[in-house]
Amino acid sequence: MRLTREGRIVRVSGFVVVAEDIPSPMMGEVVLVGENGLIGEVNRISGNRVFIQVYEDTGGLRFGDRVVALGRLLSAELGPGLLGQVYDGLQRPLEEIAKQAESFVKAGIRTSRLDHEKKWRFIPVDSPPSRVFGGEIIGRVEETASVIHMILIPPNVKGELVYLAGEGDYTIVEEVAKVKDSQGRMLNVKMAHEWPVKTPRPFREKLDPNEPLITGVRIIDFLFPVVKGGTAAIPGPFGSGKTMTLQQISKQVDADVVIYVGCGERGNEMADLLEKYRSLSDFRSGRPLMERSIIIANTSNMPVAARESSIFLGVTFAEYFRDMGYNVVLIADSTSRWAEALRELSLRMEELPGEEGFPAYLASRLQGFYSRAGRVTALNGKTGSLTIMGAVSPPGGDFSEPVTQKTLQTVKVFWALDSELAYRRHFPAINWLQSYSLYVESIAFWWELNISERWRGLRENMLNILREEDELMQIVRLMGVGALSDRERAVLEVSRLIREAFLRQSALDFKDAYSDPRKTVAIAEMIDYYREHLLEAVSNKTPLEKALALNIGVEILRLKHLSSEELAGETIKLKERIVGEFSELQKPVESQHG
Amino acid sequence: MAKSVRYRSIVSVSGPLIVVDNVQGVKLNEIAEIDVDGETRIGQVIGVEGRAAVIQVLQGTAGVSIGRSHVRFTGDTLKIPVSEEVFGRILNGLGSAIDGGPDVTGEKFDVNGYPINPVTRLPPRDFIQTGISAIDGLTSLIRGQKLPIFSAYGLPHNMMVSQVIRQAKLLRRQEPFAVVFSTLGVSNEEASFFRMELERARALDRTVFVLNLQSDSTVERIIAPRVALTIAEYLAFEKEYHVLVVMSDMSSYCEALRESSLARGEIPGRRGYPGYMYTDLATIYERAGLVSGRNGSLTQMPILSMPDDDITHPIPDLTGYITEGQIVLSRSLHLSGIYPPVNVLASLSRLMKDGVGEGYTRRDHFEIYTMLLSAYAEGLRNKELSAVLGEETLTSEERKYVRFTEVFEKRFIKQGAYEERSIDETLNLGLEVLSVLK
Ligand SMILES: Nc1ncnc2c1ncn2[C@@H]1O[C@H](COP(=O)(O)OP(=O)(O)O)[C@@H](O)[C@H]1O
Ligand SMILES: [Mg+2]
Repeated sequence: MRLTREGRIVRVSGFVVVAEDIPSPMMGEVVLVGENGLIGEVNRISGNRVFIQVYEDTGGLRFGDRVVALGRLLSAELGPGLLGQVYDGLQRPLEEIAKQAESFVKAGIRTSRLDHEKKWRFIPVDSPPSRVFGGEIIGRVEETASVIHMILIPPNVKGELVYLAGEGDYTIVEEVAKVKDSQGRMLNVKMAHEWPVKTPRPFREKLDPNEPLITGVRIIDFLFPVVKGGTAAIPGPFGSGKTMTLQQISKQVDADVVIYVGCGERGNEMADLLEKYRSLSDFRSGRPLMERSIIIANTSNMPVAARESSIFLGVTFAEYFRDMGYNVVLIADSTSRWAEALRELSLRMEELPGEEGFPAYLASRLQGFYSRAGRVTALNGKTGSLTIMGAVSPPGGDFSEPVTQKTLQTVKVFWALDSELAYRRHFPAINWLQSYSLYVESIAFWWELNISERWRGLRENMLNILREEDELMQIVRLMGVGALSDRERAVLEVSRLIREAFLRQSALDFKDAYSDPRKTVAIAEMIDYYREHLLEAVSNKTPLEKALALNIGVEILRLKHLSSEELAGETIKLKERIVGEFSELQKPVESQHG
Repeated sequence: MAKSVRYRSIVSVSGPLIVVDNVQGVKLNEIAEIDVDGETRIGQVIGVEGRAAVIQVLQGTAGVSIGRSHVRFTGDTLKIPVSEEVFGRILNGLGSAIDGGPDVTGEKFDVNGYPINPVTRLPPRDFIQTGISAIDGLTSLIRGQKLPIFSAYGLPHNMMVSQVIRQAKLLRRQEPFAVVFSTLGVSNEEASFFRMELERARALDRTVFVLNLQSDSTVERIIAPRVALTIAEYLAFEKEYHVLVVMSDMSSYCEALRESSLARGEIPGRRGYPGYMYTDLATIYERAGLVSGRNGSLTQMPILSMPDDDITHPIPDLTGYITEGQIVLSRSLHLSGIYPPVNVLASLSRLMKDGVGEGYTRRDHFEIYTMLLSAYAEGLRNKELSAVLGEETLTSEERKYVRFTEVFEKRFIKQGAYEERSIDETLNLGLEVLSVLK
């Protein structure tokens, strides 16, 4: 019999416990703390003392209480049954907790992470290989109508496949394969396996991104795109639209699996998201969103330490589905709450505080998290991707604070939310002068091949007009509109249309919340077409008032409520009108003295 | 019984904290009773350091003596008895009756409560009428929401608080409704003002009054909102009342939190407030909500003062990050004689869309809201332009909008402190002021 390795509590301070005399403790080891066996993790070892962060409420712990070391790292259980689940930061199904503790979350509740009793139909691969390696697909389970769950050999297992179960119903704890490793040991492979959440799952090779991740949000897809396998951050003060934007993306993004981590944010938001995921369908598959999703909810009033584990748990789930060859999106709202938990932990462990009290390793932790994104060739040769998008909640909306800055050092896309735009109810309140995407070049080819050859040019034209508007508005503020030439006022008219007809897109407008790439480009193209004719007309001395009196703008403003099919016809008509009416305008008028 | 052991081993006293050495089996968060020359004070174990326990004394440490005072541990966390007897009562920040009446009896509940399981929450729905047009019409309060008022020193938030607790009601009268009102660090004058207002409105019998005064200890101020919320949770989730909790002033609460953190020797965060203030405030505000299977709801309207009128100050900032919108008061409206001085453009009720309109208020509510807000925004823009470039540069259409802002402020926003408008009256008034634009 193995001896339990245990020690005793000597100090309790918030969610940090110091224990003494645990025999050879291991960094990151899971421990059970106190009478109720609260879950904790070894965070620092110093002589015979270990510092433990406890993932549950520490109320009730005493000096001298037992701390039992479990000899393993904090791990996720990965296998059929994950999809559609709502977990807390420790992978406890919240529905299960609700059965045990009614409407509230209490410390010390034990549940299994995946259902160990449920039987799944296992379908083995057609021609099983004689030797297998980690990550290899040996069968599949049709977990939901949206996602086929590939059964993988755990990454750390390889050897001779001596047995593979035939098609049949199995629980995730029954063996479906046996592998004999190089030392001749027999390893039982089940449909589920454990993986430590803080260790990135291995893959064969990282690939360059080459395909946009379509979010259906015009300003994102067209101006500041993210790619499959990319990273993006969305910082903004409260009320600027972080949650609305991320939730909107999560509902309509072209991903196979979406993992949504609500980290240290509102309970009512999670309730709302859940209701939507259960009642709305993914418009691509027609199936409920919940079937392709996993939600991790660790709200602001739930234990602080579990904010950290919730983020790692989410990214581990995401990598697991990536390894099956899927395009996975992980959304974390908000990474700032995770960083704040790190800060509190660090202070309680008496580490030297850095900037704003955050530990010096804040930057490397953020990097470590975002670097788990990517498009990869999995160990089994399939291509999968993991895209990470994180909200950042800077105090006072000030982007110069450490979490925003350190995040921007690692992510490739920055959607800067702007309280001024939100105040004017211009949504999404993404500031077009501050935001950027470093992926434009890697996906231009895709847009040009699939949607429009003019993508790059249209995009540049739009950004130029918006930049020019900004400069012109500075003049207007000082000297009034009267100081502008007709050409300049025409630019302002075009930029107004860009803002109102293109950039502005309410997440609550069911006809416009999702703008597919064709629709997005069609509106952009229409505005550009109008820009060309309007600027040409004023440069030919046509009075601006006359051009504006054609009321083309009103027509363009209407476009966003059309589908891309309706748009196709509508834009042709509108273009004809523009050509006709503008050439009419510019016909040399019969001189009155003639 | 081991629990009755009295320890005379106090080894240090500092701020609200005492350290008792050589204790046995003391639990984190457990309640201790400290005998100070015959007077019993309550303390909470906030740290366990080897054989020593660090205790935060709720009523303060004045008079605690290393030789004479002794400490007994109760083995239990801070709990208060709650029942429907609380209606009409005045309690202190620790939940004891201070109105001369008998103690409240009933089942005991931990004042810290437990986090609501996100999967058992129901999204907030339906409307609570405050009788104040600016709120009901434009920043509607939804059952289960937490919607704060961002005020500042010298603005009439006390009057608004009183008006809300007097007038708040549900539209369907047969549903049980209750108000739990907790003052936080108010003066004696303010306390008697609130008390008189409630009596005058005969609103006391559906109200529970938790009174925390300036003169009470800082630690008691940290407990007071939790006491109020424990009562509210009982009423909402055990007795199925729709409960509105009003807490004023949360800025005093945050000051108390800062003080207690500094006393513990913690490293201060932004502007001296503890780094965990976000989490701490969340353990208060997140107690709002609806849970499935219970008919009640818990709605919160906390009031806070923005130091220096600065909305980026940690108190309003962290609050805004947790609450579902905010009602912002404006000094300039106040100075121009508008009561309540609500800056409706800076204000937002994020959950409004889920609780107004057909079945809740009136079908045209959201439309009227949108029209009023955009007309007002337009009018203010024109007003600003005319201030820079001269009124003559405005078209007659633009001038209409300027005129609208005045009518809107004076007729719609402005109302009497004792004037209660039904939602119908509010919406009709909205239509009426919009007719200026015709
Ligand atoms: N894309 C959007 N479309 C429509 N309304 C929005 C959008 N983004 C934000 N809003 C409005 O702003 C409010 C706050 O948005 P939210 O995403 O919760 O902000 P944050 O998470 O940044 O605090 C929402 O309740 C909604 O009224
Ligand atoms: Mg948010």
